[in-house]
Amino acid sequence: MNADHGLPANGLRWLEALTGSAGLLESPPRTVRVADAPLGAEAARFIAIVPDPRNRFPRARAGEAGIDEALGVAREVRRTIAEDVRREPRPIIALVDVTSQAYGRREELLGIHLAGAAAVDAYASARLAGHPLIALLVGKAISGGFLTHGYQANRILALDSPEVLVHAMSKQAAARVTRRTVEELEQLGERVAPLAYDVRSYARLGLLHRLIGGVNAAAPGPRDLERVRAELIAAVADARAGSRDLSTRLASPAALACRAASIAVRRRLAEQWDAP
Amino acid sequence: MSGTTVRERFLARRSFIELDARERARALLDPGTFRELAGPFDRLKSPWLPLQGVVAQADDGVVIARGSIDGESAVVASIEGAYQGGSVGEVSGAKLAGALELALRDFELGRPVRPLLLLETGGVRLQEANLGLAAIAEVHAAIVALRRHVPVVAVVAGMVGCFGGMSLAAALCSRLIVTRQARLGMNGPEVIEQEAGLAELDAGDRALIWSLMGGEQRQATGFADVLAEDDAEAIGAEVRRAFAAAAPTPRSERVEALIARLAGIDGERPPEPAALRALWGETRQ
Repeated sequence: MNADHGLPANGLRWLEALTGSAGLLESPPRTVRVADAPLGAEAARFIAIVPDPRNRFPRARAGEAGIDEALGVAREVRRTIAEDVRREPRPIIALVDVTSQAYGRREELLGIHLAGAAAVDAYASARLAGHPLIALLVGKAISGGFLTHGYQANRILALDSPEVLVHAMSKQAAARVTRRTVEELEQLGERVAPLAYDVRSYARLGLLHRLIGGVNAAAPGPRDLERVRAELIAAVADARAGSRDLSTRLASPAALACRAASIAVRRRLAEQWDAP
Repeated sequence: MSGTTVRERFLARRSFIELDARERARALLDPGTFRELAGPFDRLKSPWLPLQGVVAQADDGVVIARGSIDGESAVVASIEGAYQGGSVGEVSGAKLAGALELALRDFELGRPVRPLLLLETGGVRLQEANLGLAAIAEVHAAIVALRRHVPVVAVVAGMVGCFGGMSLAAALCSRLIVTRQARLGMNGPEVIEQEAGLAELDAGDRALIWSLMGGEQRQATGFADVLAEDDAEAIGAEVRRAFAAAAPTPRSERVEALIARLAGIDGERPPEPAALRALWGETRQ
C-alpha cells in the first residue's frame, strides 16, 4: 500500500518491475494497465487494475474495481484472445491489488454487476481457449474486486507478505455488517480459517498454487523479480500441462483437509446424478 | 362469455415468490419428475456455522433437483432465500457449482442437460467468507463453460433478490427472467448505505431501491431478458421458451456494446433511472 494516500500501489509497482512499462493504454480507462514482457522463452501479457483519484466515477477513485475497470479488463483480455486465435495462446498474468468492487448508487444503476461479469467471462473464456491464466496476488484481493480480476485463473500465486489480504469483504465493512469489532473479527479468523484476511491463512484453504516467501511486496529488488519470474514460468508450464478448469483448487493437500465439504458435496452429487 | 376477467386471472395465479426453494424447483420441472440430489437426508451441513454459534441446516439452503423440462433432461439449482438470506457458503456453493460441473460432464459425454438456476441470494455468506467467495468463482467458471453447450437459464423472482458475486452469475447466464418484485445488483442497498453513507443511498427508500435495481428497470435497460408475472405457470412458460430458443450472444460477452453505451454517461451526474430507460431501452430488443 502507498503510505501517502493509502491507495493500493503494488499492482502498478509490480507491473513496472516485471515489464519495464506503466502500461497506459491509448484509450481510457487509466485504471487498467496492460504491458507485454518476456517470460522465459515466450512473451506474456500482464494486466493490473490501478487507482486513479480522478476516475470519472467518484466511488471508484481508491483502487476499487468499478464499472470502467471491469469493462476495460474485459476488453483487453478479449483482445488478447483474438490476437492469439491462430497461434499458441500467450500467458496472461493478472497482478492483483484491488481494494474491493466499487460501492455506489451510480454503480448499481449502471450495472456494475454486468461489468464484473464481462471481466469474469473474458478471463474464463481465455482460460478455456488455452491461455495459461495466472493471478499473482501482490496486495489486496477483496470480494468483487478479486472475482473481477484474478479469481478465474488456472493458478493463483501470492506473495507471502502482510500486504497481501484476501477476503469477501473489507475488514471494516465486515465488522459493521456482522456487528463485530475488527478485533473480534481477527480473533475469529484465528479459529475459523475462511474468515481470516492474511495470506498464510488463505493458503491453508488449498486454493493457492504457490505462496512465495521472502519477497518484498512493496519494493521488489532484482532478486525478488528473478524469484517471482521463475515462479510465474513454472506456474505457466503447470497450467499448460493441466486441465483448463479450476479443478486443481480441490486437489491440493490443503484443499483435501480444509475444503473436505466441497469435495464431499461433489462426490454425493455425482453418486446421485443418474436415477437409480 | 368473453373469457376470463382480469380479476379471475389474478385469482387463478399461483404465486411463485411464495414458494420455497424446493417447491419452486418442483414447479418448474415437468410434473412428477422432481428428484432431489444431496438433499436434507444426506446431511451435508456447513462445517463452519456451528463454530460461530449458528445452527446449520441439513441442506445448507440449496436444493439441487434432476428431472425434465419439456421432456428434456434437466437440473435445477434453487437457493432458499429464507435460510441465511440465501447466502453462499462452502456447502451451498459446492452444490451450485457441482451441479453445473456435472451438467458440463454430461455434455462432454454427449448427454444434453438443461441447467436452470433459481437465484435468491444476498451473495457470499460472511461467516464462511473466503470459501463462499471461492465457490462463487467456481459457479462463474462452470456457467461460462456450460453456456458453450446449452443456454443456462436463470430466474430471479424475489423477494430476496440476487446480490454480490451471485449477481455476476446471473449476468453470465444466457437468459435471465425476472419479476417486478426481483432486485438485481452487485451491492445490496444496506451495504452501500453502510459503506458510502445515507447521502449516497437510503436503503430504507424502497421506491428508490426498486427504481435502481428492480426487475422492471433491469429488463427495461437490458440487464434482464424477460419480465414475468409472479405466477408459477407464467414463469414455467418463459423457462421452457428460453430453452427452446437459440441462445443469443450472452450479454456479458458484448463488451464493446457495453462500453459504447456507457461512453456518454457523466460519472458524477448519471441519468435518473427513468431517463436511463429512454437512453438504453432499445439496446437489446
